[in-house]
Formats: sequence, C-alpha cells, structure tokens
Amino acid sequence: MAELLQYFMIFLILLMIFFAIYAIKTKNLLVSVIASGFISLVASIVYLYLQAPDVAMTEAAIGAGITTLIFVIAVRKTKEKEK
Amino acid sequence: MKKIISIILLAILGMFFFNIVSAINFGSNIKKGSVSEHYIEKGINENRGSNLVTSIVVNYRGFDTLGEVTVLFLAATGLSFLLFSCKCRREFDKVISSLVLRTATSTLYPLILLFGAYIFIHGHLTPGGGFQGGAVIASGVMLLFMSFRNFNINHRELSTIESLAGISFVALGLAGLIVSNSFLANKLLPLGNWNALFSAGVIPLIYIAVGFKVGSELSGLISDMISSTKED
Repeated sequence: MAELLQYFMIFLILLMIFFAIYAIKTKNLLVSVIASGFISLVASIVYLYLQAPDVAMTEAAIGAGITTLIFVIAVRKTKEKEK
Repeated sequence: MKKIISIILLAILGMFFFNIVSAINFGSNIKKGSVSEHYIEKGINENRGSNLVTSIVVNYRGFDTLGEVTVLFLAATGLSFLLFSCKCRREFDKVISSLVLRTATSTLYPLILLFGAYIFIHGHLTPGGGFQGGAVIASGVMLLFMSFRNFNINHRELSTIESLAGISFVALGLAGLIVSNSFLANKLLPLGNWNALFSAGVIPLIYIAVGFKVGSELSGLISDMISSTKED
C-alpha cells in the first residue's frame, strides 16, 4: 500500500513537471494561468503526503485559489494572446 | 557570448547552492544541543499547545510572524495604491455567472467561512493557523465576487478590522514585554490543560488576530483587483 502511494506521488510530480512545461509553451495566457493553478493544487497533495498539512492548506487556498484569480484578472486587463 | 556568460554564472550559482545543500544530510538527525532540539523536546511543555508548529511560529519565532504580517500589509497597501491611482471604475459584466456557480456559492459560502474560522481558532491544536484560515476566508469572499456581480465590500469596515487585528497583535506582544521581560512572552494567561480549546496562553489570541488580519487583507486585495477591472 505504501509503495503504491509512492508511485502515485511520482506520477503526481511528473504531472506537475508536464503542466509546468505546458504553461510555458502554450500561447494562450489564460490556459497558462489555469495550468499553473493546477500545479499548485497537485503540489498541495504532495505536501500532504510529505506530512506538512499546514503548508498544503496554504498552497491550496493561496496558490490554487487566490493567485489564479488574480492572474486571471491581470490577463483580462491586458491581452489574452501572447505575441 | 551572452549565453555563454549566463551559463557560466548559472553554473557558479548552482555550485554554491549544491555546496550549501550537500552539507546537510538528507533525513539526518538534528545536531545535539541545537535550538531545534530544544523546540522539539521542551516546546510542547513550555507552551502546552498540541501543534508544535504553531508554538514555534507564534511564540519562539513570533517576531518573524509580525514581520510577515507587516510584509503582507505593505503588499496589499502598495497594490491598492497603484490601482487607486488609475481611477478605473467597476464595470459590471454583461453576462451573469452560471446557475451552478451561484447555487454552489450560496450553499458553500457560510461553510467556507466557518471552516476558515475553525482553522485559526484551533490553530494551536490542529494543523493550520492564522495565515491558512485567513486565506480560506478570502477564498470564500473570492467565490462571492465571482458569482454575484453586484457584490461589493465596504472597504472602511475591512480596514478597521485589519487595523484592530494588527494593533491587538502588537498589544499582546507588548503585554508580554510588561509581564515578563521579552516581547511576545507567553506569560500573560495561564497555560491550561492539554488539547483544550482554552490552552497555550496567548497563542490562540494572537492567531485569531492574525487570521482576521490576513482574511480582511486578502479580501480587500481581491476586491481592489476586481473593482478596477475595466472592459473596453
């Protein structure tokens, strides 16, 4: 069971790396913001596995919630497409 | 040429970081007689808080926490100053948010607020604390802003709550200075019993103040960002 959880965490970290590269490579800035919010959400699960529940809580609330909204507003105030 | 120089600089920086990190063995025991050993062995008895992280953050490193709160306050003030100077008016969206979002928000919003309050009131017993609870409350306010287009916050009330919370944090620290001889000393209130809500001296009071401060600051920040959004 513990080994299975470890493989799951490795999968999550690989997913985080994939979405990080995707957030840089995509041309649509809104998609990029959503991808970086998703990275924060997955990171909070990894923090929970690493026995840091306080950090996981902060990451989920600030990283995935508030920062994503602030970036979405910033994208809306500027242009949506990267040139 | 530029690329080569930047690669060399990165390599030097990486070497320095590697030297620092490799000096600490991964997962090794803490050194004998270090200050972290004192925290782990005596911290629970000295503060009677079940959550050791909280008693380190609020008591031993309380001055750092005051600095963190100040940094957040300065960031929020700077942002509202910048957005105030652009004099944009809130223009309400033509589209109404979806029914799913509105229904879910009106059901979940009180529960989210309750959860945030639970996190910072029980900061000395369970994981979490003032910062986490404040962030959860601000995310509830964020949901309200997203789903109801006419929703607005009274900024004067928010800044009153924020200032009162900040003042009470500093006042509790100064009270510790008066009662004992160090800032933020945990001698003002009796320490109480294990795992009780009213325990750990002034730690829960300080975390409640931090929770109110962070929650009102982040809500004000979101409100500033949204109300300055201008469609053209």
